[in-house]
Amino acid sequence: MAEIVTDQTPAVLRGPTEKEKKYDRQLRLWAASGQAALESANILLVNSGAGTVGVETLKNLVLPGIGKFVIIDDAVVSEPDLGVNFFLDESCLEKSRSECCTNLLLELNPEVHGDWYPKNKEKLDLRYILNSSGPFTLIMYTNPIRQEDLATIEAYASQHQTPVVCIHSAGFYSYFRFSLHGTFPIVDTHPEVEKTTDLRLLQPWPELSAFAQEMVKEIDTLDDHEHGHLPYAVILLHFLEQWRQLHDGKNPTTPNEKKEFGKFVLSGSRTNNPEGGEENFQEAIDAINKNIKVSELEPGLKEVFNHQVSSEVERQSSFWTIARAVGLFYQKHNCLPLPGSLPDMKAQSSVYVKLQGLYKAKARKDAQEVLDLVRESVGGEHIEPTEVDLFCKNARFVKLINAKLGGPDLGQIFNAEKADDEAAEAMKIETGGAFSLPLSNFFIYLALKATAHSPVATANEIINTVTQLIPQAADYERMGQIAQEVARARGGELHNISALTGGMVAQEVIKIITKQYIPIDDTCIFDGISSRSAPHRRKHPEFALRIRV
Amino acid sequence: MTGTNATRRWQYLDHIRRNLGPFNQDSDVSEEALEALGQAKILVIGAGGLGCEILKDLALSGFRNIHVIDMDTIDISNLNRQFLFRKDDVGKHKAEVAAAFVEKRVKGVKITPHNCRIQDFDEDFYMQFQIVVCGLDSIEARRWINATLVNMVDMDNQDSLKPLIDGGTEGFKGQTRVIFPTLTPCIECQLDLYTPRAAVPLCTLATIPRQPEHCIEWAHIIAWDQEKPFPDLDKDDPEHITWLYQKASARAQEFGITGVTYSLTQGVVKNIIPAIASTNAIIAASCCNEALKIATTAAPALGFEESYMMYSGDDGIYTSTFKYDKKPDCAVCGEVAKPLQVDPSMTLRDLLDSFAVKPDLQLKKPSIRADDKTLYMQFPPSIEEQTRSNLDKTLKADLGLDVGHEIAVTDPAFPALTFRFILSFT
Repeated sequence: MAEIVTDQTPAVLRGPTEKEKKYDRQLRLWAASGQAALESANILLVNSGAGTVGVETLKNLVLPGIGKFVIIDDAVVSEPDLGVNFFLDESCLEKSRSECCTNLLLELNPEVHGDWYPKNKEKLDLRYILNSSGPFTLIMYTNPIRQEDLATIEAYASQHQTPVVCIHSAGFYSYFRFSLHGTFPIVDTHPEVEKTTDLRLLQPWPELSAFAQEMVKEIDTLDDHEHGHLPYAVILLHFLEQWRQLHDGKNPTTPNEKKEFGKFVLSGSRTNNPEGGEENFQEAIDAINKNIKVSELEPGLKEVFNHQVSSEVERQSSFWTIARAVGLFYQKHNCLPLPGSLPDMKAQSSVYVKLQGLYKAKARKDAQEVLDLVRESVGGEHIEPTEVDLFCKNARFVKLINAKLGGPDLGQIFNAEKADDEAAEAMKIETGGAFSLPLSNFFIYLALKATAHSPVATANEIINTVTQLIPQAADYERMGQIAQEVARARGGELHNISALTGGMVAQEVIKIITKQYIPIDDTCIFDGISSRSAPHRRKHPEFALRIRV
Repeated sequence: MTGTNATRRWQYLDHIRRNLGPFNQDSDVSEEALEALGQAKILVIGAGGLGCEILKDLALSGFRNIHVIDMDTIDISNLNRQFLFRKDDVGKHKAEVAAAFVEKRVKGVKITPHNCRIQDFDEDFYMQFQIVVCGLDSIEARRWINATLVNMVDMDNQDSLKPLIDGGTEGFKGQTRVIFPTLTPCIECQLDLYTPRAAVPLCTLATIPRQPEHCIEWAHIIAWDQEKPFPDLDKDDPEHITWLYQKASARAQEFGITGVTYSLTQGVVKNIIPAIASTNAIIAASCCNEALKIATTAAPALGFEESYMMYSGDDGIYTSTFKYDKKPDCAVCGEVAKPLQVDPSMTLRDLLDSFAVKPDLQLKKPSIRADDKTLYMQFPPSIEEQTRSNLDKTLKADLGLDVGHEIAVTDPAFPALTFRFILSFT
């Protein structure tokens, strides 16, 4: 849903700059902060094989304006490249593929810098380039890749804690897999606006209670206009107070009580008007279910509160320092810091603005309390107040990516996925095709992975490679079909599948660089035959995959 | 280009096209069938965010005869994703620049641009294509081409059936739909997927604004009309937007409201939808993957079973494919009138206004007939004048409408369509 970037500082009457005009449609998604993160990113692509999916990914990063990219690719442009790669033309034949792609990508956005290797037909020295052109914000490599190159990349990434994504596109299939080193927290997750409302109606602070009481002091003698413009937050606070007096001081909690409470609120609405009711009271009744409930911690935040940091460096990072302070706040007050936004509700302008001011002031006060707690912890003295504000505003939806390790091995996953497929087939037969569940994409991952280092393989060779890890794979018919489908491509890319995959990878890279929205955790497999993608999460280094629920 | 080079150039595509896979065992891989892709004429509607990608994807999928329609010219805010355009192209026609770029880059492809509206062409024009791919941001244009393609189907002429592939994006989300007109659910059948934006009541704008958007809408709807600073509002003219921005800022200040910015003003007035290169890449490629599968039978395509793929990238990656049902009372491809429940004491004006916000109708300028009686017509002016007095009459008492009566609604945006309803009362 379209989020609008609003500037809370008093309006300076200025129009947009050239750059703001150019990037307008994306600034509405990730704002100036996300744009700044993109512009300081340096992305490496280690390219190989048919060579298109990585270049398509880069295209989608150059356009929104990453700072810099480097392509490493020792291939020379040949005819088949021209049938699949848009960033090459006939004049590129026999020239360095990395150089030609770099030049045509750079045409897309004059603000982006790009470089390529190897130069002057030198022999490729991956280790040297990694160490001389970095540091990199993120590394992408495409399959098929030489085993020694992969080892070099992994060693470098592990030493520098650089996120890596492996991308493989062949025929109608593709997958990509992110390796993030350690937990990856996201604060600015952009939840749907409707979910973020927190009016604290069950735990009002004194200023809010006083404001509401003052407004309803003489509710029965208010004139119709005033009565019809009481904000619903005030109406609910008033009737909650009355309800508690009638119900031993308890709030309505069960569905039945809430229904009764709704009727109770409605009974306060005036009906001596042409509409036969009041809009603000209707808004109040509609808001009961969402606002009159004891808020529980979202699973993501629970995970943050329960997380054991793995090192002193992690412990002293600003995220974990603020997270601990928010945890203390929560323990003390049994609620999260107030986000401070007030949804629109029928009210007179001045009343609404005053109420909005109360919520903002309370949010600032809560954030100050968290900031004080932050300042008391080791390293907390250097943390920016704006970072604390952002955390407090988004606390409820903070999320950890790559939090867990360990899990079932490949064979166990295989059995579970196969059982799910069989259940889906049975369901399809049982319902005469009326209801069908998607089949697992896991087998596509296995078949592609079997060609990670040598693209051209027969179906039998693929099955042989898979069965070395999972002996029972040989007996599953669908595994055999998928192996045939992978063999059919002979390592060739289809432009559409690579363009689509390049789009998906770029979205995820943008989320990781901007630390906004929620990146995939951690593998996505695309099936261009049934047009489905399925996210998987690898649990154990190398082989464990688990379906994300 | 020699024959061998051409063969080598398309070798990746040929692996898939010449070798049968386990999921397309019945496909025809004769030389004649393979040749058909190069001969096929395919139409792309829209040369914007999706359109640029679609042209590239089709050219690299072996389509060689492509037409593209777009009436728009290039704006600087297109450059973050419409990758066939450069700063120097601002102001030029999108269709022309996009076609020339792809033709130059991919040798052997012919792309014919049309700098005009889709409504400027008749059925004869659309009949020449085998497949239509849409990358549009307007619901109205989608409905128009959908109705046109459904109407063109002649059961005795197989070639009159043009598969329609439709893409759409918003931020990190998007969707791809494949429609076989008259055979599978059409765009009108699925119209209620788009909910029209709820309008803020005029009295809120006029007397009790609370949000920055209320101040902007006030400047846009009320202040502009009162003051007429320029003859016509051009939403792309920075001077006009600046005028609205200043008006809205002053009003916000008067009411103590914060948050009016130039960017927000532009966003509200133009109803701007965020758009990025990567989402366009995903949806366009998904559309072209379906086009390639339909044209070559290299793999089964969306359409007859599941026909709708949605993609959501805000929270991880979530995609799903759906099967929709055809609606028997669809105004475009259905046969029967829709039930319509109304309050008998409402006025005709209220009824017509409700058509704008009903998700399955979304009509801005409706005219209405009951049986053979014209109740209200927007055009021509003489009839409008004669029927105008009906607008404030109530449906039952004044106009004599009753349960079971059939009413027919038309709108100039969709000249080929009549929306038929059977009345019932609340």
